[in-house]
Amino acid sequence: MVSNAPSPPREGATRPGEGPPRRPGAARRRSTGLRNGRADRITLALMLGVPALLVVGLVWLPAMVTVALSFTRWDGIGGLETIEWIGTQHYVDAFTIYPPFEPALRHNLVWLVFLFAVPTVLGMFLAVLLDRELRGGSVYQSVFYMPVVLSLALVGFIWQLIYSRDQGLLNAFLAVVADAPPVDWFGDPDINLYAVLVAAGWRHTGYIMLLYLAGLKAVDPSLREAAAIDGAGPVRTFTRVVFPALLPINLVVLVVTVIDALRAFDIVWIINRGRNGLELISALVTSNVIGEASRVGFGSALAVIMLVISLVFIIVYVSTMLRGAHR
Amino acid sequence: MHHRPVGPPGPRRRTLLRGMAGAGALLALPGLAGCGSRRDDPDLVTMASNRANPAQREAIAESVGNFEADSGLSVEVNTFQSTAFQESVNNYLQGTPDDVIGWFAGYRMRFFAERGLISDVSGVWERNLRGAFTDQVRDLCTADDGKQYMVPDSTAPWAVFHRRSLFEERGYEVPATREEFVGLCERMRADGLAPLASGVREGWPAMGTFDHLNLRLNGPEFHLELLNGDHSWDSPEVRSVFGAWAELLPHHQADPLGRGVNEAQTALVRGEAGMMLCGMFIAHSFPEEDLDDLDCFAFPEFDAQIGADAVEAPIDGFMLSGEPRNPEGARELVGHMGALKSQEIYTAIDPQALPIHTEADTSGFSALDAKVNDMVVNAGALTQYMDRDTRPDFASVVMIPALQRFIRQPDDIADLTASIQRQKASIFGH
Repeated sequence: MVSNAPSPPREGATRPGEGPPRRPGAARRRSTGLRNGRADRITLALMLGVPALLVVGLVWLPAMVTVALSFTRWDGIGGLETIEWIGTQHYVDAFTIYPPFEPALRHNLVWLVFLFAVPTVLGMFLAVLLDRELRGGSVYQSVFYMPVVLSLALVGFIWQLIYSRDQGLLNAFLAVVADAPPVDWFGDPDINLYAVLVAAGWRHTGYIMLLYLAGLKAVDPSLREAAAIDGAGPVRTFTRVVFPALLPINLVVLVVTVIDALRAFDIVWIINRGRNGLELISALVTSNVIGEASRVGFGSALAVIMLVISLVFIIVYVSTMLRGAHR
Repeated sequence: MHHRPVGPPGPRRRTLLRGMAGAGALLALPGLAGCGSRRDDPDLVTMASNRANPAQREAIAESVGNFEADSGLSVEVNTFQSTAFQESVNNYLQGTPDDVIGWFAGYRMRFFAERGLISDVSGVWERNLRGAFTDQVRDLCTADDGKQYMVPDSTAPWAVFHRRSLFEERGYEVPATREEFVGLCERMRADGLAPLASGVREGWPAMGTFDHLNLRLNGPEFHLELLNGDHSWDSPEVRSVFGAWAELLPHHQADPLGRGVNEAQTALVRGEAGMMLCGMFIAHSFPEEDLDDLDCFAFPEFDAQIGADAVEAPIDGFMLSGEPRNPEGARELVGHMGALKSQEIYTAIDPQALPIHTEADTSGFSALDAKVNDMVVNAGALTQYMDRDTRPDFASVVMIPALQRFIRQPDDIADLTASIQRQKASIFGH
């Protein structure tokens, strides 16, 4: 689930004139940067060019091939001559006769709203608490971050132990405490999405917490002191002073959360391959493309729909970042 | 902090690389499997086995060991977890597959034969296996070009399983007809049991119920044609299957959609459920000392005209990759795996497997094995299982969600069959 999010930008906290410069070497480096030697330029070109080529070759080209394949019927076996062009048939099918598609779109949206409403807010709250440098802070930090680093197989197993209808901890607990009849956490399509969201949120909270913690450490302490001198309480200090200073982190969190919601996959796949109430676009893509099913064309069409949705968010993000850089 | 680790950093980097290679191999699981160093050895045959249970590994090793001793060739067995293997088999067969590959008879084998991904083994049938199998089994291993592409070695049939002790204790009679079956279910419910254990979270176990009801209500011929795409799914025949299923649904264990098939088997083992429609693989989940208590009967008759002698008996076997590195050795090996002795050795060790050789010695069978074997031998027709008798994309992408939806809302059958038919037309092209 951990995405390759950029490390939090620090410019917000180290504008010239605000407090002592944190990295004494920064000024010197900047001045040498202006006089790039020939060797420097070649090195830079290589260090940026090779990754760029790799990304284009390994990400952008396959993405374009996916778009092309989405207009074909192909079982992934045999040469390219066995590819049959069928136009937009797959897109029409997805929206008209493929029952899991509409729930999948809805579930991805629910996933997104939930991630913002609960784990993101909770992660921010935990970060603010941990930022106060209380004793044992690193212990709490490890506890909350733990779920993020657990392997996907283990996470699935843990939640199976908790949610299993017949042998699960949760139903056993409810039966003892409230004498409740067993609840079908995984099988009832009205509740299984939310049961799984708790599991997903469990991981997302730790991740967001770490991002905000890094951001909070970068906020200049003099801002807080100034707010305190002006008589602002802790809540007011946070909402009026610290939170606005966290703008770059907020953007990163926004993007990370959107991306996580769009590519949510592992937990539902482990539970029931993303069926019966747990449909997600990513799971539909996988179940169509992998295995003997090999509906490469149809799966590609679903993947393209997902790509288009992601592009909307990516464009908003990039344009915001660029505008920020111009200012 | 400041002193450097003793020794050059080389080994570390190598460890890291090895780790990365390991991770890569995991991702590309079977793709890299064949890159062993002994590949050039002319006396080596490689084999991919999808039988990964401990008993199955042991049985394969035993049988392969005999082959090595008899032929002087050496065999490298690469074992893959069955589900993971199925998910990557298309890529695997197009890469550098092993010489011999464990797989399933029927549609899923024919498909690979048609695409030229596996080799003709009719020579082996001619030479070593004349009269070894019934015509039915032969048909299941034959592609549309009339040639055989698989050598079968065992089967794990489906039936309604139950605990003999429970039936004796409560005086339950084995039901032979629909009325008796429903009556027994009602009695079990009155006794506080879940009559039919049911766990369909993974989806595919629900196919067994559809298959059996369709076989009993519409007959094996219609069933196979339907799965082959020859009939409409939006038909009175198919609706009658779902109708009969809806009548049985209340007798299934509650909330089947959240329960894995293993958990359902556990309910039968523990005596919380009375019966379970399942494959012989249920034997794996019974504790060894209780295996004697496991009994079964054929899924009862629903229509006297059609009877109850069609048996769902998925057949496993071995095929040859498209361009085996060692074709002679590989043909010898598949011939060996299908031979009577190997089948007997293999099936004696793997509790779910029965031999399908016509001359297989049944005297050493357990009572259960003998009973199931009789069903197979006297079967009017053999079917494989829905996901082996039809296109895999139709089975997994259309049928699993459809069957799960039916279990969720059994009251809108007409809408369901219409939806299946629309998707079937799109996939089959008619």
